Amino acid sequence: MTIGLEHYLVVSAMLFVLGVAGVIVRRNLLVIYMSLELMLNAANLALVAFSRFNNNLDGQVFVFFVITVAAAEVAVGLALIVAVYRRRHTAHVEDLRTLKL
Amino acid sequence: MEQVLFYTLAFLTLIFGFLVIANPFSRSPVTSAMFLVLAIISLAGLFVLLHAYFLAAVQVLVYAGAVMVLFLFVIMLLDLRAEERRRIKILAAIGGISAAGAILLIFLHNLMAAPLGAADSPGLEGGTLALGKLLFTQYVLPFEIVSILLLVAMVGVVLLSKKDLK
Repeated sequence: MTIGLEHYLVVSAMLFVLGVAGVIVRRNLLVIYMSLELMLNAANLALVAFSRFNNNLDGQVFVFFVITVAAAEVAVGLALIVAVYRRRHTAHVEDLRTLKL
Repeated sequence: MEQVLFYTLAFLTLIFGFLVIANPFSRSPVTSAMFLVLAIISLAGLFVLLHAYFLAAVQVLVYAGAVMVLFLFVIMLLDLRAEERRRIKILAAIGGISAAGAILLIFLHNLMAAPLGAADSPGLEGGTLALGKLLFTQYVLPFEIVSILLLVAMVGVVLLSKKDLK
């Protein structure tokens, strides 16, 4: 039995769900952020697999853009976390209950 | 050979991914970050199996290199020892995990039902040449827009990091 598209898609779905579970269960802002990265990577894996098995390179270009945007997103998000931590001295979502800083 | 590599790398990716979100030995964000590095590297191995060589290299350089260094910097900057003293709410965890499991069931159900229509003999090579040609001809406008996005992100981070944030 050769490895087909569905194998990769199953791995991608499981990785994505791990990320979702991390976002829901964990309460630390940084770990939630890492779970988000996990979800982005799962989507990347699905895109690369589709690109490979449909003989179309567009999917890989899309993954390139996703990685770039994810890098920008990480920079801005971590700056926000540091700014929140400076004000409130916590990185725990249960302590951040008001919209006002 | 390909099957052995696929199953090994997929297993490693999922195990490391699981250890990112729920490590039974330590709840420190530093160990989570380290396991995220390992998960990303095994994912890069899967990219190599899919013949996406350029993306595998970018994955290791950008994610395992730059992004994770940023993460570790911020973890060291914040004092997060309070996290380990907190207890996880069992009921909330059970609810969250069952919700995530339901999403997985929906994914797998749709995957089994969908006609995937994949080519029989994939012959695609995601090398630097092929990807670069596509990136600088058909996708040159998105490429330039992404450069502006990176500039905007940089300016935003500098603004957010100022001492007296208004």
